[in-house]
Amino acid sequence: MITKKDVEHVALLSRLKLTGPEKDMYTRQLNEILDYFQFLSRLDTENVQPTAHVLPLQNVFREDWVGQHISREDALANCPDREENYFKVPKIV
Amino acid sequence: MQFFLLTAHEMHDQLIKKEISAEELNKAVFARIDAVEEQIGAYITRTEENALAQARAVDRQIRNGEKITPLSGIPMAIKDNICTDGIKTTAGSKILSNFIPPYSATVVKRLEAAGAAIAGKANLDEFAMGSSNENSAFFTTRNPWDTSRVPGGSSGGSAAAVAAGAAVCALGSDTGGSIRQPASFCGVVGMKPTYGAVSRYGLIAYASSLDQIGPFTRDVTDCALMLNAICGHDPLDSTSVKYRTADYTSFLKDDVRGLKFGVPEEYMAEGIDPAVRGVIIKAMEKFESLGAVVEYTTLPHTEYALPTYYLIAQAEASSNLARYDGVRYGIRAEGTDDLIDMFMRTRSQGFGDEVKRRIMLGTYALSSGYYDAYYLKALKVRTLIKEDFDRAFKKYDLLLSPVSPTTAFRIGEKMDNPLQMYLSDICTISVNLAGIPGLSIPCGFAGGLPVGLQLMGRPFDEGTLLRTAYTFEQNTDYHKQFPEL
Repeated sequence: MITKKDVEHVALLSRLKLTGPEKDMYTRQLNEILDYFQFLSRLDTENVQPTAHVLPLQNVFREDWVGQHISREDALANCPDREENYFKVPKIV
Repeated sequence: MQFFLLTAHEMHDQLIKKEISAEELNKAVFARIDAVEEQIGAYITRTEENALAQARAVDRQIRNGEKITPLSGIPMAIKDNICTDGIKTTAGSKILSNFIPPYSATVVKRLEAAGAAIAGKANLDEFAMGSSNENSAFFTTRNPWDTSRVPGGSSGGSAAAVAAGAAVCALGSDTGGSIRQPASFCGVVGMKPTYGAVSRYGLIAYASSLDQIGPFTRDVTDCALMLNAICGHDPLDSTSVKYRTADYTSFLKDDVRGLKFGVPEEYMAEGIDPAVRGVIIKAMEKFESLGAVVEYTTLPHTEYALPTYYLIAQAEASSNLARYDGVRYGIRAEGTDDLIDMFMRTRSQGFGDEVKRRIMLGTYALSSGYYDAYYLKALKVRTLIKEDFDRAFKKYDLLLSPVSPTTAFRIGEKMDNPLQMYLSDICTISVNLAGIPGLSIPCGFAGGLPVGLQLMGRPFDEGTLLRTAYTFEQNTDYHKQFPEL
């Protein structure tokens, strides 16, 4: 059972600011969805290995070479605020 | 027949016979876009100048007597979560509504190298999260067969464009059915290739272990031509696989004799609309009459696929979408106090309801105390689902099923109930969990709306899917039927 307090905690972890009605809506909906998902626990998976990824790939290495890269101007072109060659953000502390 | 409804290979034939120029061809498609776009709304951004410039380059090649490649000058729609250098790429989200990528996805570069004319960026559910296109932050694309209905999702704009003649081919992405389900709803061909067959570099990530780019086309031959252009290893995507790439058109043979097809009974059970089931049974009988063996089989863990899929996809999404913080690109909320406040306001203003719901569900499933019960559990069940397919493919060359339990539903019908919306993905999600290829082809109509047949194959065996689909197409005419617009 997910409470409104849980939703507030998860929203903080997710860096989302929710309104009062949003908190109520998500509390109801997350409960509905997770209740439905609960039947996964019926399956015994004691001796089953997890699959994070379907491909049998491990440590894909390549030669280290100098390639062409996006220019500083291009990399900064989409940022909402900048100062000289830096991304600018509001005060941190 | 109207010119803009020709397939790419038919257009190519006319180009090399000089019956039409690439410029005329592109202008015809843009005239069609102008005529139907108000009803359909397939495009977020149109790039007519870009397409015409490419068309003129192709015309120069033809005039100079150079050999042109099969996709040269063919107008295409690109789903708007695939980056295009210098062309706005929004992912259907307010948070990226002003984002102009400084680079193109590998698939876009490959299509351009193959001579394709990029006609525009197609609408989608925000960040590819949805099954109806209604989660686009901008507008809802409509189904060309019935504009009161959804085109499917998340690649609804791509599918609707191809069905309506507003593009000849298109690219989409498929995380849990986002190519196959809209292809089914709109009556076109849609392929999700094997995980690792197509580079994901430049695809705006939703769930990285499930996402795969693939084509929408009006027939199976065009599907093979698109795969020829986009498949293959890319050093920029460490999960793209080095494998022997064949000429996919070499599989286009009108012959299924000796092939053995399984139909998982779980995919034909209660919950599948009886009219849809009837159309699928007819397709099974068609294959039998063409010399294939078709039998019912079982994928016993099917009922667990939906929670498994949503837990994994949303956990991955919550991590992938952490990057949208208003610092390096996208919108930033005004008037914030400090950095954390800026993150929170930006994300709250920039993301829609479904994206927030999935981020929160994923964050919850990964959070301390719940990780084992939800996320790890889902990864283990994923193994069981994959093993079901491994067993089935020991006996069968491929599996057949409906793509979706219903035909296209009405706009608004499922928006209030996220769980009902998730259930519309029930036939497509296992393919992503197992990483295998899946193809949707038009196989009939129910109540005047298209029904898609799903072909599921062994990893990297797109060839058998193409051969089977091609045989079906040669012996039916569903792919030649178009909506009245």
